[in-house]
Parts: sequence; structure tokens; C-alpha cells
Amino acid sequence: MDLSTDYMGLKLKHPLVASSSPLSDSLEGIKLLEDSGISAVVMYSLFEEQIRRDNEAFDFLLQSGTESFAESLNYFPHLDTEHKGSEQYLNLVRKAVEATDIPIIASLNGVTNVGWIDYAKQIQQAGASALELNVYFIPTDLEMTPISVEQCYFDILKAVKSAVSIPVAIKLSPFFSATGNMAKRLDEEGVDALVLFNRFYQPDINLETLTIDPHTELSTPAEIRLPLLWIAVLYGQIKASLAASRGVHSSTEIIKYLMAGADVVMVASILMKKGPKYLQVLLNETEQWLSARGYHSVNEVRGMMSRKNIKNPGALERVNYIKVLESFENPFASGIARSR
Amino acid sequence: MNTHQDVTVDGNEAVAYVAYRINEVCAIYPITPSSAMAEWADQWAAEGKTNIWGNIPLIAEMQSEGGAAGAVHGALQTGALSTTFTASQGLLLMIPNMYKIAGELTATVFHVAARSLATQGLSIFGDHSDVMAVRDTGFAMLGSSSVQEAHDMALIAQAVSLEARVPFIHFFDGFRTSHEVNKISLLSDEQISAMINGDLVRAHRARGLNPDHPFIRGTAQNPDIYFQARETVNPFYAKVPAITQNIMDKFAAITGRQYRLFEYTGAEDATRVIVIMGSAAETVKQTVASLVTNGEKVGVIHVRLYLPFDQDAFLVALPLTVSHVAVLDRTKSPGATGEPLFHDVVSTFAEAFNTDKLAKMPKTVGGRYGLSSKEFTPAMVKGIFDELLKAQPKSHFTIGINDDVSHSSLDYDSSFNIDSDKVISALFFGLGADGTVGANKNTIKIIGDLPGFYAQGYFVYDSKKSGSQTISHLRFGPDPIHAPYLVQTAQFIGCHQFNFLFKTDILAQAAPGSVFLLNSPFPVEDVWAHLPRYVQERIINKGLSFYVIDASTVAQETGMGNRVNTILQTCFFALSGVLPRDQAIAKIKETIKKTYSKKGEEVVLQNYAAVDQTLAHLFQVQVPLEATSLVEMPLIVPVEAPRFVQEVTAKMMAGEGDQLAVSQLPLDGTYPSGTTAWEKRNVSHYVPEWVPDLCIQCGNCSFVCPHSVIRAKFYNQSVLDNAPTEFKSAKISARGFPETRYTLQIYLEDCTGCNLCVSVCPAMSLKESGVKAINMQVKEPLLEQERENIRFFESIPYNNRANVDFSSIRGTQFLQPLFEFSGACAGCGETPYVKLVSQLFGDRLIVANATGCSSIYGGNLPTTPWTKNSDERGPAWSNSLFEDNAEFGLGFRLTADKHRTFAMQLTREFQHELGGVLVNAILNAPQKTESQIRTQRERVAELKAILLQMNSEKALDLLSVADHLVRRSIWIMGGDGWAYDIGSGGLDHILASGRDVNVLVMDTEVYSNTGGQMSKSTPLGAVAKFAAGGKTVAKKDIALQAISYGNVYVARIAMGANPQQTLLAMREAEAYPGPSLILAYSHCIAHGINMQNGLKQQDLATASGYWPLVRYNPVLRQTDKNPFVLDSPRPRKSFKEYAYNELRYKMLQRTNPAEADRMLKLAQQIVNQKWEIYEQMATRSGSQFHPDANSIE
Repeated sequence: MDLSTDYMGLKLKHPLVASSSPLSDSLEGIKLLEDSGISAVVMYSLFEEQIRRDNEAFDFLLQSGTESFAESLNYFPHLDTEHKGSEQYLNLVRKAVEATDIPIIASLNGVTNVGWIDYAKQIQQAGASALELNVYFIPTDLEMTPISVEQCYFDILKAVKSAVSIPVAIKLSPFFSATGNMAKRLDEEGVDALVLFNRFYQPDINLETLTIDPHTELSTPAEIRLPLLWIAVLYGQIKASLAASRGVHSSTEIIKYLMAGADVVMVASILMKKGPKYLQVLLNETEQWLSARGYHSVNEVRGMMSRKNIKNPGALERVNYIKVLESFENPFASGIARSR
Repeated sequence: MNTHQDVTVDGNEAVAYVAYRINEVCAIYPITPSSAMAEWADQWAAEGKTNIWGNIPLIAEMQSEGGAAGAVHGALQTGALSTTFTASQGLLLMIPNMYKIAGELTATVFHVAARSLATQGLSIFGDHSDVMAVRDTGFAMLGSSSVQEAHDMALIAQAVSLEARVPFIHFFDGFRTSHEVNKISLLSDEQISAMINGDLVRAHRARGLNPDHPFIRGTAQNPDIYFQARETVNPFYAKVPAITQNIMDKFAAITGRQYRLFEYTGAEDATRVIVIMGSAAETVKQTVASLVTNGEKVGVIHVRLYLPFDQDAFLVALPLTVSHVAVLDRTKSPGATGEPLFHDVVSTFAEAFNTDKLAKMPKTVGGRYGLSSKEFTPAMVKGIFDELLKAQPKSHFTIGINDDVSHSSLDYDSSFNIDSDKVISALFFGLGADGTVGANKNTIKIIGDLPGFYAQGYFVYDSKKSGSQTISHLRFGPDPIHAPYLVQTAQFIGCHQFNFLFKTDILAQAAPGSVFLLNSPFPVEDVWAHLPRYVQERIINKGLSFYVIDASTVAQETGMGNRVNTILQTCFFALSGVLPRDQAIAKIKETIKKTYSKKGEEVVLQNYAAVDQTLAHLFQVQVPLEATSLVEMPLIVPVEAPRFVQEVTAKMMAGEGDQLAVSQLPLDGTYPSGTTAWEKRNVSHYVPEWVPDLCIQCGNCSFVCPHSVIRAKFYNQSVLDNAPTEFKSAKISARGFPETRYTLQIYLEDCTGCNLCVSVCPAMSLKESGVKAINMQVKEPLLEQERENIRFFESIPYNNRANVDFSSIRGTQFLQPLFEFSGACAGCGETPYVKLVSQLFGDRLIVANATGCSSIYGGNLPTTPWTKNSDERGPAWSNSLFEDNAEFGLGFRLTADKHRTFAMQLTREFQHELGGVLVNAILNAPQKTESQIRTQRERVAELKAILLQMNSEKALDLLSVADHLVRRSIWIMGGDGWAYDIGSGGLDHILASGRDVNVLVMDTEVYSNTGGQMSKSTPLGAVAKFAAGGKTVAKKDIALQAISYGNVYVARIAMGANPQQTLLAMREAEAYPGPSLILAYSHCIAHGINMQNGLKQQDLATASGYWPLVRYNPVLRQTDKNPFVLDSPRPRKSFKEYAYNELRYKMLQRTNPAEADRMLKLAQQIVNQKWEIYEQMATRSGSQFHPDANSIE
């Protein structure tokens, strides 16, 4: 069975890529992923804002209470405590590249042009095989127009592409008025891959304390629907590679993503839950499924259920929507029926 | 060779820079104002900086200065070049070793930032009391008068010491020189090396103890030879002056800076001369220069090598024309015929006269000046010279104070000044937290670094740790600045806090036509109307150019948050004229780029924007012709304050304490209790507000409040008949008291805004997000109403202690705190424990307080927090020293035991007169509960009433000790620096004494008061000063040490983890009739936490198992129960979850991540192991612990 895959120019032995998770936070974790057979690793994101805020917090705490009282003009030795966040990150990239044979894809979340460009360059210098841009912001400002939101993505992509030569992927938000058009225009701007989709921070409300609860949960298989739809739509229509992200818990989701047209499938939650070794189970199941149906490579199934290849493309649009409603068994309705 | 480099540094850094380079071993211990020298040494070692021999000196923090001197002695005796840095009491603790070191003719230099000694009061400030107290040790004494000189003399002293084999004290004035920032020419390593003779270093090594050619040193000698042996050293001392002058000459050849043992400056034909040493010599020199240009025949002898005192060199330096000499000492020798330098000069004259070297004795007078950093100004110098014109000048005079008791003080014209036109002086009034001092230090560096510019900075801080005022004194000019006194008249005055206008006379020092910058929340067109009248008058009368900036708004608008330092610094650069405006702004931006570029371009741009916006928002106010304001300066204290507070305390509070006369001050250091109540400091813009409807009256907020600003009372509802309409009240939340009301009153003018109360409030609104039963609000709108409410609240009596449940947190809120409104840091983790002790036992409490934070917030004038109740009873408090506190407190106990026994004996002897019933009742009274104690007090009152009628010696004796018949509660309080280090031996000893003392260790795990140096309590992996690379030894478990005695009550508590256990432990400890030790987790600003999370950190410390709550109660052992109780549950958090919220741990992660990881793992292991031990102990039976001989028969 030929599982090999091309992802934005990277030759991968199979389509399963570890997406950013606590597993990719350390060299040991990355090595463990490689030993478990992963084809590539996307590292956790280097957050420019976090580095800045951390520095601000450090400065605040270092300054607290200083120059107030003659006996204690400060409370700590004068050490260089500037955040080595980027340095630590780059070190990890360097070490991971050195210690493994799989492509290391760095991930970056900037808040300023400077952050995006400088860090992107440094990441390339550190030896990353590719760079994933984790454009992550929630436009809570009601004055911000869709055009300006979209423009942000283009500006960032342009800035980073002009700064580095390694492939650049963008992890997209699903919340665009015209997701397809957005993808197309990013493609035209030269993005090397689109990762669909980002899981946004969706805070909850704690009814006990009347506070906002930042709790985040691991993904569930039901979450594959949205990426699945857009991968199926985009497959074959853009040059950029497509990565499916979210909801992979078994070979079922992997196969569906591949059939929709994904070049690679990102996994994280299931490996967190069952351990990196579970990757072999996923791979074996996928392989078994494919060979049981007589396929010899993943390329044969890739995109076969995409909008381009299915007989009734409408099924991916409104008709599909209607179909969902029709096939949806309403328990209340049946209950009512019984009571009659 | 000449790698000349100018730097702008303070005296401590200048000295440490040299000492570090020419030593191999530094044994250190923190003490103000010398701590920074040791801190620099430790930091440079951590950074891998080397000495001139290319190796990193070993830095060892000791448990006390006594220990440091011992370690230095040992290092010297084995051939290492070794030094230490100290001051004041620290130097006193070194005396025994100093005699040894000198007696053994050992080369070393102790660098001393000279400081006052604790006498009628402690003082951290500068004078020569400490160095003068050690002048018989045999150490030579070399004094420096400026930052440059201190830098240079540090080297000269070492070079001389090596050659002469006589140890040196190199001293310079604490604060005035140690903390003055000035531009100096830095000695290069080549220059330093050229001064240190390698042969002498090797000779020093060769004299070290060595088993390869053994000898013994340190014998015990008998009457036959000790005397003669003591005289063997004389030739060495005789040579010191000549060697010193030679070395000074060599130094001059290398650096171009020539020094002399005694340096004369002034008129060649001077008739009047002042002899002086230390920084004040500079002041006299400058004044002399000014007076000489006016034709006065005056001069000054600046003494550098004080001991050995070279009489011949002194006489050579003195012009033959001199007829009158004033010798000034910065110390006091009570009862002596004069101070030390005076003695030396007088005996020099006398001996010269005796030996015909001098034909006539000049009239010589001695005087004292500048004790405890009292200002010494050119005006005073002029006053002394004027005195010397008199036929019979006053001797043993004082200058700078008004001594209306002994009439020692000289009058002088304080308006005399010698300010040069070429110097621009500036004064800045800021708040500790607002970055003013930091910005000014930065300004001095910026300007000082420019070629052809010199800068000087000196900073005056007040005595509180929260909301403190800072005054920065800056000078700039084209020549080196020698002016070791505060700015007398300023060309620029910056007031960075608007409300200071209502507290201090900000413009008193404003020179006519100077610039006044005010940080004002009011716009340029409105600000005039908001100024107090005296400010308006000063602006008009002095013709000031008045500018305003709303720095907070500029900061907010440019994304700087509440950081206003860059903005106000920009104003200074734009307005002061030190540099042309454009150049000044360019310079600021250049510095911003240098400082912030590693934080990213955005931060740089943000600061640039702040600079530009500052200039756009900096406005000159059109000054009207007349002062129209109706706003007067408010009274410092209200008219109802006691007379002492009005006349003395208020003066100190207003910053006018210098004007107090000798007669106004207490003779023996005794001050009235409870003076903080008169100082409404209003330091916080935000204060808590109580929501009666939501409150469950649990008492948590009041319990944790570090400043005792949250008080609760319950009362009959009829009390409310006279209440202000807005007075808040709620039904008491207890069944069966329908007519009882409850009020939680916030003393908002005393609040520091720490937020701890809000953080512990468990009562959440069910309707509004984020609203609790107590919430922070802006103070201003609440102020007037709450003042009225407080007045009314105070009219309600405190609840009868007999009716209060002492055993619950809820109950304690009704006990009056007798420790209130201290100057501790906002959110202090120590003061809630202190306050609780005062609530529980305050009316029969005596406190022995170790020097440290608690003695400062507890006893630093002008106002002190220990107070009394309406019966005029309250804690009696004293601080002896740092090292002796346990012993000091034991002394209290011994007195109490002695006088109680004596009182009982006398009471028994008066059986007939007093009646058997009363006597028996008094002698056998149980005194455990509040009501039992009250009843005993009544009996003692009855006893005293009877005794007063009797007129016998014995009756008077009993009267003098009868108070002891009521059980006293003796508490010994201090921090971990005391308990774990310097006072460890004493603490151990008193715990082993079996006596009924209660020890409260407020464990912040560092020396907090001196700025966060490592103690033996500092945990593994934490970064602290002296542990810049992270502490590698785990914290000492003194709970287990104390438990090992078997008869010591021991508790480890953390208020934020379990307040109920805290309360229980305090009460058990006090009730236990033997020694008790309480170890209280005290979160601290030195942990690098946001103080509002302090209690949360306490909780995490316990939840992670790092700080297990335990009680060991020997009473339980008596009944064979397990005396060891583990009060906290098994760890449910990792150590990391607790530790990594704190900068002290996270710092290591930044500086050395691999080491931080290693430490974290080890720390977790220690936590796990300790827990296992504790758990095992908690499951033993009582018989497995030591029996207590005193209680088990």
C-alpha cells in the first residue's frame, strides 16, 4: 500500500501529521511522535503576543515595590530576564530538526508585522521544513469590516512569503462570508497550503460563579463536518495543498477527509487521549480499509468524494442541507405520534 | 594602559567594582546601606565575571556579620585575599574577629558604608558611629568623601594593607556616598593590577596555615608575655602612613588623581580651619573655596587616613597661620571629653607643643554634625567659621539642630548658599510606585554619559513601604559635581503627584524664575483654580514658569498603561534646559531604542509615540497676577489629636522633623502608642465598598486585611437612631437576635487598595457578574460620606470580648485590632498575623520584635501602628536588635515570671490586710478565658485600691509589680532572616528553655526588609539576591527541629490556606504554658507576585504539599495522644502549579531553563518526601514522641 503523500512540497510517508498539541511542546514529545510513526509534526505556536505580555508581566513584577523604601530599593538580582520565548522556540525547532528525520513544521502567531516577519525568518533559519501561520484573532470590534479582516490575512501572508522561502501554510478560520473565495485569493497570493480549520477559543459561562470559563475541550468526531465540506469544495480548484484539521478519532474520519480531498490529515486529540502509539492503529485501520476495497494508494481515493468528482455537486450545497433535514429523525415528532 | 572610561554609578557599586576584582573570597551578609556591595559581588560571580587574576571570587553568604567576619578571618588565615562589606550593627558584630585579624597582622579591607548605631532608636542612615566604635580593634581607617574617592580608596586601602600587613576599614558615608549616583572615572583592570603587588599577594598566601610547613597561630598567652607580644606590632602601625602616602602617589602616577593623608584646601594664610572627614569634607571644601574668593581666611583639612593618625603629616598640612580650629565628628561619645577626631587633633597639638614642634596651641573646638544623615550644608560650614571668629568659640557644639536643652547648637544663616550658576539643580516629587526615581536614575545616566557633562543624583525615601513619597535631588553641570548635600535651590521642580501639593511645601526650594512642572489631572485652563493658595503664591512671588502635563492620559492614549515615567522624563528634558530641546528629545529616543529594542520594535515605537504625545500635551499655564485660591493646606493631623502628636508627630509627618528641638523629643526613645490613626495617608485611589445585602458576615475580609481597615461591630438596632442616613447596616446573620444589627466599616483613608479582602470574599452576587459582598470602588466619591460613617462607627463601643467567639474567624472580626494602619506594603502577608495576635491577646501583650520588616512597619517613626483600647490597654512593643530578639523576649518572660512570683509572695504576706478570700482568689485564679482574665483584673484593681491606702514600702513594692498578677502574653516576632539565620542560635536556646514564650516567625523566605536576600528559609530553586543562580540547598525545616525537643508547641500555618487552623494554632500556642513556635507563611512582594494573589499563593503552597499545615501540641502527648496533627490534606497540586506563579521561581526558567527544570524536579521530590515523613508522624502514637519532662510525671 502506497500511503505516501505530498504536502506543500514536503514528501511524507503517509498523510497523518501531528498538529500542534502539548505533545509537540518538547523535544521528547516530538521524538516520541516520530517513534510512533508520524509523518510530520506541526509544532505549537510561537505567540508573539504571549511573549510580549509575559515580558510585561515580568517587568511589572520586577518593578513592584521598588524605589520606594530606602532599605529595599529592589527585590531581585539584576539578571537578564528578557523572555527567551522566541529563543526557546527556535532552539526547539533546531533540536527537533537535528534529532528527527521527519519534516518539522513550525507554527507562528504574530500580532504585528514585525512579529510575523522577524520570527518567520528566524524559524526558517532554525531549519523548519515549513511554516504554518496561525492567524488567530476574533474581530470583536464591531467597526471592523469583513474586507479589513480579510485584508489582514493577505497582508500577513504577503509579508511572510516575502521573508521566507520555505513553504507557508495558513490555518484558516471557518468564519468568512465567502470561505471559498478567501481560499482562492490566498491561493492566488501564493499560499502553499490551507489548514482547515482553526479551532477557536469559545469560552463558556460558569453559572455558579457568573464568570467566563476559558475551558477548552478536545475535539470530537462530529467536528469533521465543516472542514470536510470545504475540503470537498476546494479540492482541485486551488493549487495549494489542503490539510484537514479537527475531529480525527479513527480511520473513518481519516478516510473521509482523504476522499474529500485532503492531502494530509492532522491528528492531535486522539493521540493526547490514547497516546502517540495509537497512530499505528489509525494507520493500520486506514490501510486495511483501503486494501479491503482494492485500493493501492491513498492517491486513488483522494478527492473522490470532492465536489469536483461527485456526481451531484449540489449535494454539498443546499440540497445536502435539505437532505440532512429529511433524514433527521425528530424524536419529539415520533413521541407525539406515539402518544396519539 | 590608559583605557579611560567614565561611568555613572553609585558609591556601593563603585566600591564593589574594585573589591570584587582584588579579592578571592567575599563573605557577606545584608545590612543597609551596604547590602548592594554584596549583591553586586554575588551577581558578578553568577555572571562569571573574574577578578584581576582571571578567576571568579567565591561569594559566601553567612548567617550574620559575626559569621561573615569569622569566615573572612578563616579565609585570610589560610592565605586567600578576602573581604566583606558591612555597616552599623554588622560592624559591631565583627569586632571580636577584627581584633584577631589585626592582632595577627593580616592584610584585608572591610568596606563599610558608615551608618548610625541603634541607641535610643535604630537608624539606617549615615554617620560615623559604627566605624568610631571599632577604632581600638587595630584596623587602620581610611575614609572616602565621594563616589570617585570611594572607588579609588577601595584600591588604595588594599594595596596599603598588603604592604603594611595592617588590616583596613575603608569607610564612606552611608546613603550620602553609598547611594549617591555620580559620574566617575572607572579604574581599568590594568590600573588595578598595576596597584596590586604580586609579591605581596604571594607573601600573604605564604603566611597562611599550611600542613606542609605547619605552625600554630592563635595561642592562649599568659601574663608573662601577652603585653610584650601586644607591642610587637608597633613598627607595622608606624609605617602605615608613609606606605599609604607612597601608594597614593603611585596611584596618582597611574590615574592622575592625587590624594594625601591630610589634604589642606583654602587660604594659604588661613586663620580658621575646619578638620573633618567623610563626605562632609567636600561640602566644607566647596564652601571654603567660595569664602576664600570673598577674602575670608579660612581653610579645611580633609582627613583621609584617620588611623593610624599621623601627627606629623597633620601638622605639615596645617598652615602656620592658623589660630582657630574646629574639629568635626559625625558621631557622639556620650560622657567623653569630646569625639574621637577632636581628641586626636587636640592630642596632636598638645604633643607638638610638648615637643616644641608647635610654638602656640591653636584654639581648638570640637563639634558634632550630621548624625543619621542629618543634612550638613554650606550654610552650616559658614556658621562654624563664624563661630571661630568669636573670642571664645563654643566647644562640643552641635550644628544643624536646635539643642535647647544643653544649648550646644550653633546658630547659622540657613539662607547662605554657594550654588554655582553653571549647575542646574532639579527636584522631583514622586510616589514610590510611579517610576520617578527609576526615570531620574536613567536621566542621570543619559546626561552623565555625554562628554563634557556631569550629573549627580540622590534620592530621599520616606519611612513607609506603601504609598511612599520619593524626592529626587538631581544636579547637572559642565564640571564634576561635589555637593554631598540636598538641593538647596532648584531651577526645575517636578511634582509628579497632584495630591502632594496638599501635603508638602513642594516649592520651598524653587529658585526665582525656575520651572515648575505639575502632573495634573486638570486641563491647563482649569488647573490654576485647583491649586492650594500657598502654591499659587509661591508661583507668583518666585516668578515661576508653570507647566502642566496630564501624564496619565498621555500614557493611556499611547498604550503605556499606567507607566508615566517616560512621559515625565520627557517633560524634564524638554523644559529643563540642561540640553537644547531637540538634542534632549533625540537623546531620550536614542535611549528608548537602546532600552526597549530587545522587547521589540512595537514597544520602541510605543515609547516614541509617548514622547511625541508628551510634547503635544505639555502646556504652559498663564499665571494670573494674584493668588485667588480658597484652598488652604489641610491640617496635618486633626485638632483633637493629642498634644505630642500635634507638636511632634505632625511635624515629622509634614517633613519638618528637622526643625524639632531637642527638648521636644522623648529622652529615652519612648513614644506614645497608636499614632498611625492620626495619619490619614489616603494612598489608594481604589478602596473596598461593602454590600450589606450580599454579605454573609463571615469575617474573612476583616481577618485578612493587612492594614486593619475593615472593622466589624454588632449592636442593638436602637443605636441606629442617631446614625447618619447613609450609614450601612445589616441584620446580624445569627438566629435569635432579631434586634441586633451588624456593620462592616471600611476605614478607606487608611486602605492601601491591596484587594485581598475582595479576593477572599465568598459571597457572590447571584444577579450581577463579578459583584461580591465587598468590591473595589473609586474612593473619591465615597470619601465624605464614609468619614461621617467612620465617626459614627467609632462612637459604637467595641463588642465585649467576653461575648465574642474567639474560636471562629467570624468571631475575631469583633475583636478590636490593636495593630492598625501600618506602613507595610499593600497586601502584606505578615501583618494579618500580627494583627490577629493583637486582637486575641493585645490587652496583655508584650512584643519583642526582631529588626526587619516587622520592626519597620511596627516601629518606624513618625507614626506607629501598635495601639491601645478604650481601657488604655494594649500591646507594649520593643525592638532590641536583629540577632538577639529571642533572648530579648525571653528576658520579658523572666521578668514576668520573677515579678509574678514576687507579687504572689507579697500578696500572700498581705493575707491579713487584704483578706483571705481576695488573696486566695488572686493566687489561684484560672486565667484561660477572657472572662477569667477580666475577673482577675478586677481583683487586682481591688488589691491596688487597698494597697494605695497603705503607706508601707512593702505595699509600694507590691503595687509596682501587681500588674503581673494578670497573665501576660509574651510574643517574640520576627522574620526568617532572624529565625533561620542570625537569631537561630538564640531561638533554639529559648525554645529549649521551657519558658512560656510565643514565637511568631513570619516566613517570607528571604530577607524582605533589605530587599530579598537569601536566608536558610529560601526554598530550593528560588532566585534571590545572593542566590542569583537559584538556591541549591533546600529550606531548613525548623518545625521538625523544634518538635525534637518534645516540649515545644509547634505550628505551621498559612492564613490563605486555612484561616481557621491559623486561629486555632495562635490560641493553642498562647495557651500552652511552655515555649511555642509558629511558622507563618507570609507571601511577600519579594516573591515576585501580584500581591492581590497572595492568599491564593498561600493556598497553593499548602495544596501542593510545599507548606503542609501542622500542629504539634505537647499537651496531647501528656494523655498519650499523638501530639502531631497534620491539618492539610494530601497534595492535590504539583509544586510547579504553585511555584511557577512566582517570579522568584520563574526567573531561573528565564536565566537557566535547564537548571530550572532540574530544580523543579528536585523540589517536587523534596515535597513528596517531606509529606511522607509528616504523614508517617501523624499516624504514630503519642508514646513514639519525646516525653516532656515538665508535664509528664
